[in-house]
Amino acid sequence: MSEVHTKTSILAHQFENLDQQLETDTLGIWVFLVTEIMFFGGLFACYTVYRSFYLPAFEATSRVLNVRLGALNTMVLLSSSFTMAMAVRSAQTAKRNALMAFLALTMVLGVVFLGVKAIEYHAEYMEHIIPGVDFAPQGEILQHLSPGGLGHAQIFMCFYFLMTGVHAIHMIIGLGLLLTLLLRARRGTFTSQYFAPVEVTGLYWHFVDIVWIFLFPLLYLIGGRY
Amino acid sequence: MLADIPIYPAQASTIAREVDQLHYVLTGITLFFTALIFLTIFYFMIKYRRRSPDERPRPITNSVPLEVTWTVIPTLICVGIYLWGASLYFTNAKVPDGAMEIFVTGKQWMWKIQHPEGRREINELHVPVGRPVKLTMTSEDVIHDFFIPAFRIKKDVLPGRYTSLWFTATETGRYHLFCGQYCGAFHAGMGGWVIVMKQDDYERWLNGGVFGQTMEAAGESIFQDRGCLTCHLADGSGRGPSLVGLFGKSVHISTGETVAANESYLREAILHPNAKDVPGYTATMPTYQGQLNDEQVLDLVAYIRSLGQTGKARP
Amino acid sequence: MSTTLEEPRAGTRIDYLNADYGWKSWLFTTDHKRIALLYLISITFYFFVGGTFAVLMRIQLIEPQGSLVQPETYNRLFTMHGIIMIFFFLIPSIPAVFGNFLVPMMIGARDLAFPRLNLLSWYIYMVGGIFTLYSVIHGGVDTGWTFYTPYSSTYANSQVIPVALGVFITGFSSILTGLNFIVTIHKMRAPGMTWFRMPLFLWSMYSTSIIMVLGTPVLAITLFLLALERLFQVGIFNPALGGDPLLFQDLFWFYSHPAVYIMILPAMGVISEIIPCFSRKQIFGYKAIAFSSVGIAVLSFLVWGHHMFVTGQSIYAGLVFSALSFLVAIPSAIKVFNWTATLYEGSISYDAPMLYALGFIGLFTMGGLTGLFLASLSTDVQLNGTYFIVAHFHYIMVGGAVMGYLGAMHYWWPKISGRLYPEAWARLAAAIIFVGFNLTFFPQFMLGYLGMPRRYAFYPAEFQFLNVMSSAGASILGVGYLIPLVYFVWSMRYGPVAGPNPWGATGLEWQTPSPPPTDNFEYTPIVTEDPYEYSKQEVGLV
Repeated sequence: MSEVHTKTSILAHQFENLDQQLETDTLGIWVFLVTEIMFFGGLFACYTVYRSFYLPAFEATSRVLNVRLGALNTMVLLSSSFTMAMAVRSAQTAKRNALMAFLALTMVLGVVFLGVKAIEYHAEYMEHIIPGVDFAPQGEILQHLSPGGLGHAQIFMCFYFLMTGVHAIHMIIGLGLLLTLLLRARRGTFTSQYFAPVEVTGLYWHFVDIVWIFLFPLLYLIGGRY
Repeated sequence: MLADIPIYPAQASTIAREVDQLHYVLTGITLFFTALIFLTIFYFMIKYRRRSPDERPRPITNSVPLEVTWTVIPTLICVGIYLWGASLYFTNAKVPDGAMEIFVTGKQWMWKIQHPEGRREINELHVPVGRPVKLTMTSEDVIHDFFIPAFRIKKDVLPGRYTSLWFTATETGRYHLFCGQYCGAFHAGMGGWVIVMKQDDYERWLNGGVFGQTMEAAGESIFQDRGCLTCHLADGSGRGPSLVGLFGKSVHISTGETVAANESYLREAILHPNAKDVPGYTATMPTYQGQLNDEQVLDLVAYIRSLGQTGKARP
Repeated sequence: MSTTLEEPRAGTRIDYLNADYGWKSWLFTTDHKRIALLYLISITFYFFVGGTFAVLMRIQLIEPQGSLVQPETYNRLFTMHGIIMIFFFLIPSIPAVFGNFLVPMMIGARDLAFPRLNLLSWYIYMVGGIFTLYSVIHGGVDTGWTFYTPYSSTYANSQVIPVALGVFITGFSSILTGLNFIVTIHKMRAPGMTWFRMPLFLWSMYSTSIIMVLGTPVLAITLFLLALERLFQVGIFNPALGGDPLLFQDLFWFYSHPAVYIMILPAMGVISEIIPCFSRKQIFGYKAIAFSSVGIAVLSFLVWGHHMFVTGQSIYAGLVFSALSFLVAIPSAIKVFNWTATLYEGSISYDAPMLYALGFIGLFTMGGLTGLFLASLSTDVQLNGTYFIVAHFHYIMVGGAVMGYLGAMHYWWPKISGRLYPEAWARLAAAIIFVGFNLTFFPQFMLGYLGMPRRYAFYPAEFQFLNVMSSAGASILGVGYLIPLVYFVWSMRYGPVAGPNPWGATGLEWQTPSPPPTDNFEYTPIVTEDPYEYSKQEVGLV
């Protein structure tokens, strides 16, 4: 397969050369990530406002979350960012097998993350602390949450589910993107000249990781009792 | 018929004249600059109209002095208007000492007014001329807005908290009261009248009509009937703190902050008792949310205030 | 600008319109020009839907007790009028039609950076529109376009969630369009096209895109929270459960104030193109206008609190927002003066695009200055929530943005369609629109000052005369808007064929045939001159 043939089929018609295409794709994903910052930013702003109103309730309710599983997930995501970075490196150096392996590994770690989240959500369901669905804490948890006001505890749990939920949706989309990359890598689409999709997806994945780095302390650690 | 067409609303409060002056100056500026631009454009359109298809105007692309001029002058005008409007707003935000208080509860789609002396009204507000009046307001459902155009005052009325407004009426008469924040189906019908009377006419009005308890007396009944007295003994020996002299005090709560015990604080304490814990007392007060409506809460607040006020509280 | 001019082929020339036929070639196109036309058809549809609601509203308000519909219906009419006009007409209008068509051409590129994303934007817009139309058919929503809680989250009995979802979805169309423009302008300018050689329309598209990209996501999350609150009643905005209704307002206005600049900046960009062309003169103060555009975009994010002066928010917050609101007025004033100065010693012709542009300048001045009444704290207390506000924003949105849009339609129609519209009818329509507009909205300033609140289905009798005047104006305005619809459609078949540059304008888009070929330029242009070099140009219409 001649290089020229590969070039023309991967260079989109609106671009002059592959460099311009790569620069454009990269700028595009950065601008997109800025919009994502604004999107999550709205949620963080609401969280900040309510935390300043209801600090005791927020701290008390935070202690109800499973900080061990949250910390585990943090490790999992950080590792997945590492494997993703290795995947990008493999794409840049045209190592197809390494690329596929690292993409697969990233996906596995992503699935582990979602699995742990599912376990947490299930536990919260069994504890009856999912607002809107069934918010009726019992026994010890009820005693723990009452002083700050159950209404305010409910608001904390709202934001817990909203923020981790929207984050999880972004993870699922990320997994879809990784799967697409994996399939394209298998077909040999990526070369040392054309790896923009891997790099762009890598940036997205790192962003999703960073959002979690902010979510974890704000949701799990503000109660401070470990 | 033309004489019936109003151009400006009645000026019936102490601030109306000043607000109107600012309004007229702004109107003057608007009309002046709009006319300036329109006339200049018109003039240029005619003077420089294309007379032949081969015309080539000389390029005049920039002039720093001109740019500076037409940046600085608008900026100065803006700064002037800003300062004037802000200072007017700031002075008008301060409630005069000795203002008489009236309480307003808005709900879809009516205004309920409580005078402390006991008289209640719906969609009408009777006030004496020449005396400052402070309105403390809340909503039972959605956001409304208390708007009296003739007094140049307006304030949103929110559920779950108190907002306040003050005015001093300067002319007797009947003036429109409107709801100024869209609140559902009959938003347009949620209006009424403000009736400004001479002082003795107002006294007479206050004492006439169907006799109700004063707000303080009503509040005292509620305090006894609903069991507040069980814990909040006057000497402080009960399970809850004494409320004597509480109103207006600075209260230390368990997060370390200090809050003012004003109307909003009391309302929250009655409806969401454990939102702000006071050290030394366990959080066992039951909530009265759903058992007391906003008017009853205002009655209780009036009663607690009558138990002694420490200093001036800002709502 | 020097560039190689296209050689027309012998026989029928292939252009972007006839390059391919069939519905698939349109619905799966990635050509920015065809996507622009898809948007044109959609937004025209929504304009007339929203306009119909407006006509019904004005008929209702002829009588003080309301002459047409029940109050509940009126409340739905004004809400749907606002939502459709803002989200489905004004916000896309100039960017999605003229931005899409012209940005690549003005910078000398073959297409936008991400053509498939561009098509996706249109589909997203259509899906959002379908949600909204669904809701209209099922009775619409009655919360006002501002969706204030807790009315919208707890009390309203109308289609809040479908509409909130519809707007949420359409927001992504806006975000992706803005993203596309930002990246295109940064990375795909032709050789020699430095930032300060770009036509000012591109500066305004760039500034608009900054706002779209930064602000719209916040609206998205706000509407998302609203929908969740409505479904699950969890307390996010409900005071009875500890929520804060003012938090909704802060979030909502954080987007919606910059949004109004999304609606006006593109129109200002259009004016910056039309005025030099029809005065045959370089624009006065190019850099001042360019920097003002960016300045407006940045400052627009800092003033949202001026919508909340009477909510009981802190007076100190009020003082800050008021000062910043005055500040944001200054760059707009600078632009108005620069446009007017461009006319000085120009060679002015009265073609329809110029009439719209000149009308824009005057009406925008008036609308903008009435904004000062609202930026100023004490007068805003009196005027907030009254018809003064309605008049203010219609002067800017209709007297400003819509006139700018119509100016753009007339200016670039020959390029887009290859046909000329009938000039006499166009001037007549412009005059009718100008008269009808002022008659509709000027009385509303007076109504507001007198104290007539907005969103009222019926009103005290003393306000009737001014309301009747306003409704009379609206009927004239409606006629004025129908006329261009008719002649533009007519011109597609019967209008005279247009050459590449009927106006003798500068700009790369005029260096191509009308309509342009699919790839815009046969050879990549090389730019060596500043924009608007009318004095150096070969004069004469081609």
